[in-house]
Amino acid sequence: MPIINVENLSREFQVMEPMGRFRRRKKTVHAVRGIHFSVEPGEAVGYIGANGAGKSTTIKMLTGVLVPSSGQVSVCGFNPVPQRKALARKIGVVFGQRSQLWWDLPLQDSYPILGAMHRMPEADWRPRFRELAEQMDLGAFLTTPVRQLSLGQRMRGEVAAALLHRPELVILDEPTIGLDMISKEKLRQFLDAERRKNGTTLLLTTHDMSDIQRLCQRVLVVDDGAIAYDGPLTGLADVAGAVRTMVVDLAAPVHSADLFLLPDGAVHEGIEADGIRHSVSFDPRRLSAATVLAAISNTAEVADLSLHEPDIEHLVRELYGSARR
Amino acid sequence: MRAYWELAKSSFRRHSTYRTAAVAGAFTNSVFGLIRASLLLSAITTAGGAIGGYSAMEAATYVWLGQALLAPLGLFGTAELANRVKSGDIAVDLSRSVNLTASYWAQDLGRAAFDVLPRGLPPLIVGAWVTGLAMPGTPGPYLLGFVSILAAVSLNFLGFFAINLLSFWVLEIRGFWMLYMVVMNLLSGFLVPVTWFPGWLLDFARATPFPSMLQTPVDILAGRTDGGESLAMVGLQILWLAVLLVVVQMMVRFGSRRLVVQGG
Repeated sequence: MPIINVENLSREFQVMEPMGRFRRRKKTVHAVRGIHFSVEPGEAVGYIGANGAGKSTTIKMLTGVLVPSSGQVSVCGFNPVPQRKALARKIGVVFGQRSQLWWDLPLQDSYPILGAMHRMPEADWRPRFRELAEQMDLGAFLTTPVRQLSLGQRMRGEVAAALLHRPELVILDEPTIGLDMISKEKLRQFLDAERRKNGTTLLLTTHDMSDIQRLCQRVLVVDDGAIAYDGPLTGLADVAGAVRTMVVDLAAPVHSADLFLLPDGAVHEGIEADGIRHSVSFDPRRLSAATVLAAISNTAEVADLSLHEPDIEHLVRELYGSARR
Repeated sequence: MRAYWELAKSSFRRHSTYRTAAVAGAFTNSVFGLIRASLLLSAITTAGGAIGGYSAMEAATYVWLGQALLAPLGLFGTAELANRVKSGDIAVDLSRSVNLTASYWAQDLGRAAFDVLPRGLPPLIVGAWVTGLAMPGTPGPYLLGFVSILAAVSLNFLGFFAINLLSFWVLEIRGFWMLYMVVMNLLSGFLVPVTWFPGWLLDFARATPFPSMLQTPVDILAGRTDGGESLAMVGLQILWLAVLLVVVQMMVRFGSRRLVVQGG
């Protein structure tokens, strides 16, 4: 049985639009329109889309804090809105831009409250808390009031709070927003380990494509309230017609792109560093990197090379473009 | 239940971190007590010794008890919930596995428990020293007074919570808030005792929960009512508590269906 099942889910908002100086007109905004998807237990799904595409609206409906305009939602076997409190014991939610910790109390004071809310006896939540505190490296600032924590420290505290009750499903709404590279990486490592160890299902929205690459096997791309793509990350590249790019540094400069006899499907993209650095893009479905390298080596000696995978952000943009057309 | 106990405890601790604020608040309560007491006392002197059954000493006691209970009873309220609706942080409250009203109520009781000593004692000490207090000598009024205070804290909480909940329907509750403050300040007997009201206003006040929010615990603590009367008054408080609880629960129920959680 899927842990999340969404059928024909829609949500619209009424907004007032100014019309002339005094009059206002009601306008209906379709934030989410008739989306379908389901997530199996243990999956890690990235939910991506541009700002205003309907990601947060969907998350709010999944957690039961927003009533759908129409359609069906089931999360962990519950209907989120009427069974919100029961659902809250099964899922962990991290809102990247909000805090579920008690702002003016030391960080460690939030966990007994959360443990009690989840009806966990102390013998149950205390060891779990110690485990999380150790894995997330909270020790140094457990006695610091939440308001004085840095963003990275607070986010670690937030994730520990969301995972205290060993939820079956963790929903993370932009968990890495504003974090530096190291904090992001720590958080990803932790989430990945947690999922592997406990089989926790992850659903996360993000604008950081490396989050998706590191954590998710499956992506849902939402655009203008509708699902534009649902499938594995690698498939996303196929759909958008992604190209890989090979950048080579030559032993001796070559000043003209025409000197290279590139196979079909490979395109010379540019010359840099006075003829030393050349970049060649190619379609990975038609050519292997070895073939491209061999073709270049026929003309000049290659001193160094690097391969650039398709930039997912670019792919998503392409996909949005094609969905709109 | 453990969750609500933890919430009440945490709220006590949260408020105890702002000790300077408590001292400043107690100072303000005491200064305003001096102003209010001197106004009432000069009115009573002009009227020839008593107004509406209050002697000078009794009027002063009424003022000082009011000033002492002002903060613990939460007569100024808090717009925390409305602010969280505005910022969208209400999403966090709603994704917790606790009842929204009960969790805020528990936190308010924790706050009240903290406020009793640092906010309640200083005005009483100043009052005892400046004008003297007419307090009962038997334990009964204090015991019932304690129950009455608990009920009044809860009533004040629910009253303000209902106003806060309006933010589920409207974007800005400031107008409702101002209206509520004006009506509540008058009808709760905070400005003058309700028995000083003209007959029609007294009848009107008694048909509302407002006197139960301040006048009742003040009267019981001051020993103005005998045992039977006091019990009846506490009973009335509990009745209002039930009414307001139903109203608030209905508001939460219908309001959260149409609540639009702001922000991404």
